Amino acid sequence: MNEQTLTPEQRAANLKGMGSSRKRVEDVRFTQGKGNYVDDIKLDGMLFGDFVRSPYAHARVVSINTEEAMKVPGVVAVLTAEDLAPLGLHWMPTLAGDKQMVLADGKVLFQGQEVAFVVAEDRYAAADAAELVEVDYEELPVVVDPFEALKSDVVLREDTVDENGNATEGAHGPRNHPNHIFTWEQGEKEATEAVLSEADVVAEEMVYYHRTHPCPLETCGSVASMDKVTGKLTLWGTFQAPHAIRTVVSLISGIAEHNIRVISPDIGGGFGNKVGAYAGYVCSVVASIVTGKPVKWVEDRMENLMSTAFARDYWMQGKIAATKDGKITGLWCHTTADHGGFDACADPTKFPAGFMNICTGSYDIPTAYLAVEGVYTNKAPGGVAYRCSFRVTEAAYFIERMIEVLAIKLNMDAAELRRINFIKKDQFPYQSALGWEYDSGDYHTAWDKALESVGYDKLRAEQAQQIEDFKAGKTRKLMGIGLTHFTEIVGAGPVKNCDILGLGMFDSCEIRIHPTGSAIARLGTISQGQGHATTFAQIIASEIGLPADDITLEEGDTDTAPYGLGTYGSRSTPVAGAATAMAARKIRAKAQMIAAYLLEVHDDDVEWDIDRFAVKGAPERFKTMKEIAFAAYNQAIPGLEPGLEAVSYYDPPNMTYPFGAYICVLDIDVDTGAADIRSFYALDDCGTRINPMIIEGQVHGGLTEALAIAMGQEIAYDEMGNVKTGTLMDFFIPTAWETPNYITDHTTTPSPHHPIGAKGVGESPNVGGVPCFSNAVHDAFRPFGLTQTHMPHDHWRIWKTANDLGLHG
Amino acid sequence: MSKMHVTMNVNGKEVEGLAEPRTLLIHFLRENLNITGPHIGCETSHCGACTVDMDGKSVKSCTVFVAQAQGKDVTTVEGLVNEDGSLGVIQEMFREHHGLQCGFCTPGMITRAHRLLQENPNPTEEEIRFGMAGNLCRCTGYQNIVKSIAAAADTLNAQKEAAE
Repeated sequence: MNEQTLTPEQRAANLKGMGSSRKRVEDVRFTQGKGNYVDDIKLDGMLFGDFVRSPYAHARVVSINTEEAMKVPGVVAVLTAEDLAPLGLHWMPTLAGDKQMVLADGKVLFQGQEVAFVVAEDRYAAADAAELVEVDYEELPVVVDPFEALKSDVVLREDTVDENGNATEGAHGPRNHPNHIFTWEQGEKEATEAVLSEADVVAEEMVYYHRTHPCPLETCGSVASMDKVTGKLTLWGTFQAPHAIRTVVSLISGIAEHNIRVISPDIGGGFGNKVGAYAGYVCSVVASIVTGKPVKWVEDRMENLMSTAFARDYWMQGKIAATKDGKITGLWCHTTADHGGFDACADPTKFPAGFMNICTGSYDIPTAYLAVEGVYTNKAPGGVAYRCSFRVTEAAYFIERMIEVLAIKLNMDAAELRRINFIKKDQFPYQSALGWEYDSGDYHTAWDKALESVGYDKLRAEQAQQIEDFKAGKTRKLMGIGLTHFTEIVGAGPVKNCDILGLGMFDSCEIRIHPTGSAIARLGTISQGQGHATTFAQIIASEIGLPADDITLEEGDTDTAPYGLGTYGSRSTPVAGAATAMAARKIRAKAQMIAAYLLEVHDDDVEWDIDRFAVKGAPERFKTMKEIAFAAYNQAIPGLEPGLEAVSYYDPPNMTYPFGAYICVLDIDVDTGAADIRSFYALDDCGTRINPMIIEGQVHGGLTEALAIAMGQEIAYDEMGNVKTGTLMDFFIPTAWETPNYITDHTTTPSPHHPIGAKGVGESPNVGGVPCFSNAVHDAFRPFGLTQTHMPHDHWRIWKTANDLGLHG
Repeated sequence: MSKMHVTMNVNGKEVEGLAEPRTLLIHFLRENLNITGPHIGCETSHCGACTVDMDGKSVKSCTVFVAQAQGKDVTTVEGLVNEDGSLGVIQEMFREHHGLQCGFCTPGMITRAHRLLQENPNPTEEEIRFGMAGNLCRCTGYQNIVKSIAAAADTLNAQKEAAE
């Protein structure tokens, strides 16, 4: 078979381009243990760092004695804030415009806070020595409740009050209490309150989305190597945004940016946990500078859960107004956001509560108001987007609970209530009351397909029968049907709106075609399991007609990859994927000129055909991309430079708005509180689909993280600020045994502004999954008077709900 | 702390090294022997990323002292590739059925699946799910891992049948 005899379908299939369930190229390494994660890096003379951490949630550090620790054989140094202060590195900026202690500077604000950094020749010596560092603490009153914090006389952050004890202005405006961080308001307050006061029906509820943690299987870590001869710092680390880390390291350390090389090697899952900068990264750098040797720091699981970025912890007071027929007229939300001891949320600068203002969801709500109040407490800092675009999970959970609460108030079917309030297909692009322009959607089609697929009416009939049986004493099980229709906002974002620490949130791709028709592409993003090396090559394959198997993809090395803001917030496909398509199109544009020259026709007389340019009207006269590539390097073409490569820095005109319709059916054992997931149907619309196999895998994984969050996973504190869920014994991660099989489905509504119409999918299942599982639990108890209870719905809480409702007789 | 002379057979080769008796097997494998397939995810036996095969049993090498592994036969994911360097059946099936994403749990998963299929060559889905419950994955939701292991069982059984 040669290129003359293949059918167009065969030629397209050979490319393994967009739409193909191409097997992952990453897996050949990973399946035989040849990944290269941070802890796999081994350098000559490398030292190990380990932290001394605070056992107290709030205390003054009176003194630190390192004498005994230094006597441990193999210990090289013990760093404290005093050692970092002369370098100005005892505090560091957070992504949210606040600052954070690298090592305890006079006091500690949460249990597990970094107090001293021990550096030793091996990790056992470092751990031994950390035990021997004597820290004298003076305990202070602990504040763990954000509502109490705003009333408390206990000042957590003395560095944010003036000499009279009044709060100084914060990064996001005036602060009204020393423990208050910001108040962020969106929408029309007075108009919304007027709607609420005049409405036929108003449902009101406090919706709490508890504190949890992304907990990727690989913890965070770094290896810093300062080469004193060249003056160059190389920093390997678990960085979801390696280029941003390079810039931040340069700004805070004073090392020129060209002398810093940041490398994100393989990353063992991120889910938002690896976006921010941690004390360990800074300490490994300082320790390498001080000792002149490479220094590795890798946290253990307890450290990961206690001290690196948590997620959620939003108390969302909501009011939703509707006509008696169920047409929603207004939405009001006041959120109290527990940020812990430092404001280290990962949000674009102008959005201190992220994109929480997507909380009108999939519904055409004419009037809305949102206020979010950030609060300091004696808990770990964070507030990262755990498998979601900034605070989008909180928003989706809020609106999808409020819809259910309203349905109860109206005594309406929640599926029907959603249907009559969906934004209609012809309303897109849709301007939401809280300021977003939704790019595209067809919610009714997705919803109807979902309801039909699961046999919704039949399920409701079965449920009605079961309730009767329950009341008649024939069963002790209750059936819950959970519904969710979510809309996300991902792909941050337009640089005019979105920056992190002043760094615009564009992304990039550089493609070089080699003379023999293979290629290498480098991007500003970094895969953490999403399979970029597979899927981005597919985009290029479809755009320029070279087989994906002949395209190498690289990310994560700031010395070689073009600058970009990294991978989180489902931004890789919407932003870097767009850059990839645009760079490929630049190459194709040049290829067109080369082909026309080789075919001796005008540029306009050739047309693109899968993998070649052919003369219009004479398809037998063509030049394949492979032939063009060789000519680009080896033939003198008048007016054209040799070579075939391009780079694109893509600043998206808007964000993308993936959506989905999820339905969960579960059975609750009223006496044990166990919830058995009977079925879960997930329809996702992520626009153009690049690799269906990978999309499906992302959905399975995201739903399982949602299952964890909704049904048991939390970072819980006692009143003394002790972390109660600091190991995987207490912090719930579902095993294969607890996890159900999922049914996946899709509709395809391309994004009109994205070059290939793709919207991103990795986070959808978490955003939609959590409310779906939670709604199913609520739904099971709806006939018995339950309107709202808090997640996570573990056995104990479900049992308690049943007990409170008098179902235990 | 004084070091002991450790000898064991890893992936079919006799190896030796000096380590403190308290050294965890995972650290001995990764740092003394540069066998970095097995990973460290929790250090409390919960996640299974460090799973290796020791004398025909799956063990979590983060909670085995090197002294306990003295003289034992240890197999890691690196030892499951074919002699010609190609992927073994379980490895190939994980790739075929998208049974991995970030790859961090994968070496432990595959090593555990290897032992599971030795113990039960025809597992039901339920038996796979129960048999793999000591290994956590944060990316895949297990659905494709279960599929990969079931497919590996079929392939291995077909190979065995063809050989007989």
